[in-house]
Amino acid sequence: MSEQRTWVKSERQIRRERIRRIRAVRSGTVATVSTVAFLGVLVAVVTGSPGWPRVRETFFDAEAFTRAWPDVLAGFWTNVQIFLIAEPIILVLGLLVALARNLRAPAFFPLRALAVAYTDVFRGVPTILVILLVGFGIPALGLQGAPTDEITLGVVALTLSYGAYVAEVFRAGIDSVHPSQRAAARSLGLSQGQTMRHVVLPQAWRRVVPPLLNDFVSLQKDTALVSTIGVVEALRQAQIYAASTFNYTPTLVAALLFIALTIPMARLTDHLAARSQRRRGA
Amino acid sequence: MSLLTIEGVWKNYHGHSVLRGIDLSVEAHEVVCLIGASGSGKSTLLRCVNLLETVDDGVIRLDGVDVTDVGTDADEVRKSVGIVFQAFNLFPHMTVLDNITLAPRRVHGMSRARAEEEARELLDRFGLADKAGAYPDRLSGGQQQRVAVIRALATRPRLMLLDEVTSALDPALVAEVLEIIRELKEGGMTMILTTHEMGFCREIADTVCFLDDGVLLERGTPEQIFTEPREPRTREFLRTVLDARRL
Ligand SMILES: Nc1ncnc2c1ncn2[C@@H]1O[C@H](COP(=O)(O)OP(=O)(O)O)[C@@H](O)[C@H]1O
Ligand SMILES: [Mg+2]
Repeated sequence: MSEQRTWVKSERQIRRERIRRIRAVRSGTVATVSTVAFLGVLVAVVTGSPGWPRVRETFFDAEAFTRAWPDVLAGFWTNVQIFLIAEPIILVLGLLVALARNLRAPAFFPLRALAVAYTDVFRGVPTILVILLVGFGIPALGLQGAPTDEITLGVVALTLSYGAYVAEVFRAGIDSVHPSQRAAARSLGLSQGQTMRHVVLPQAWRRVVPPLLNDFVSLQKDTALVSTIGVVEALRQAQIYAASTFNYTPTLVAALLFIALTIPMARLTDHLAARSQRRRGA
Repeated sequence: MSLLTIEGVWKNYHGHSVLRGIDLSVEAHEVVCLIGASGSGKSTLLRCVNLLETVDDGVIRLDGVDVTDVGTDADEVRKSVGIVFQAFNLFPHMTVLDNITLAPRRVHGMSRARAEEEARELLDRFGLADKAGAYPDRLSGGQQQRVAVIRALATRPRLMLLDEVTSALDPALVAEVLEIIRELKEGGMTMILTTHEMGFCREIADTVCFLDDGVLLERGTPEQIFTEPREPRTREFLRTVLDARRL
């Protein structure tokens, strides 16, 4: 029989916890004071600069802000739509390309070569060039059934460009699964495909989520690039306003909207990265 | 006819021969223990039998069928050969039950209900009934290795290959894994195992083979190998191992 014991906090533990509390309060205070001081200096430097009155007029005009807000917000909805449509397609494309690069059978050589060529080309070409080439090139071909609508063309271009990045992320994830896992699966009689599906991909998936989210934060911003082929989204709307009034406050509106979208995504990325870090440490 | 025959098997890595003309036959229900220094090629030989490696020369026959034939479907062969690794290699993203039922379901086309029922019977038999829903990282090394053995057993192999299955374990956990292997022998399982546990090797093996730098130098009963080895190299190896044990 083991003896029954109840825990009564010792003097030592109580003292320890009190010191820890005091330290926590102290570091919180230091952090707050230093942040406020830093912001104060920053504001003082900017507002004290000789050009500040002009900048305030052209970038921080409250009236222009409220006037531009509805249209820029409507434009921003287009950005969100492009993002929401492109993202799942990119995921599927990236995964397929990564899997194609993993095919070993000689019959699949053309597929593998195509996958390599695709990632090489589209990772190398700047996204804005892909958008211009697709946006103006495809309609120029005059092909029957080819899309001519700018939003669709923008989605196609972003998908092509980001699919290459995402394929590389997936490939790195697949390669990061230890070969002994494949050996164990194959030794049980699982085929190459079954091994990939049941053993490798589920493990790779957890590792690629943080870098994938990172690419998607970047994609959210890059939806603004489709303004170059005439899609009237947030940036374009802001530019239209700016051009007619010589006031750049609407650009600030667009910037704030993008930030509002990317910050939650960035925090989610951090959270997931921290979680997978903890898992690996465990 | 022997269950397994290995004839003149060679394996090279980067121009260096790791297996140099191995000949070995294993009868049904026989337990063969491979001993030899680290790097002598024990693991490589097991991996060749399971077709995880392709041989560079020679023939391996399972039930008279040449499994090293270029036309052989490796997946078919692996269905009847189970292998357990030193490092367990359980699938970390699956529960114990899913680890065990994966191959019966996906490879052998068993229904989930049937596969789980059989898996639970095996877990029960080896004292792991309460671990069915656990993930591998929640198990001790000994428990993980027992699950790995059960996972290999669940595909009902005709031949089991056990590669230093106790080497990664704390001494206190070795016994429970050895116990499982004893049970397998009692059940009539044909096995080839490699081990550093000379005492266990002596107890469990019908035949002991000494591998020296890729050559199967000597084979005999445990009695003969451990008490009167013919080859000086065998004698030297055993002395080194037993000295190390004494320290
Ligand atoms: N995949 C591999 N690539 C290159 N060399 C290898 C590989 N696997 C094993 N070897 C080499 O083959 C030799 C035999 O290894 P192994 O079969 O693991 O020996 P043992 O299991 O008896 O310790 C060693 O020299 C090892 O370095
Ligand atoms: Mg080995």
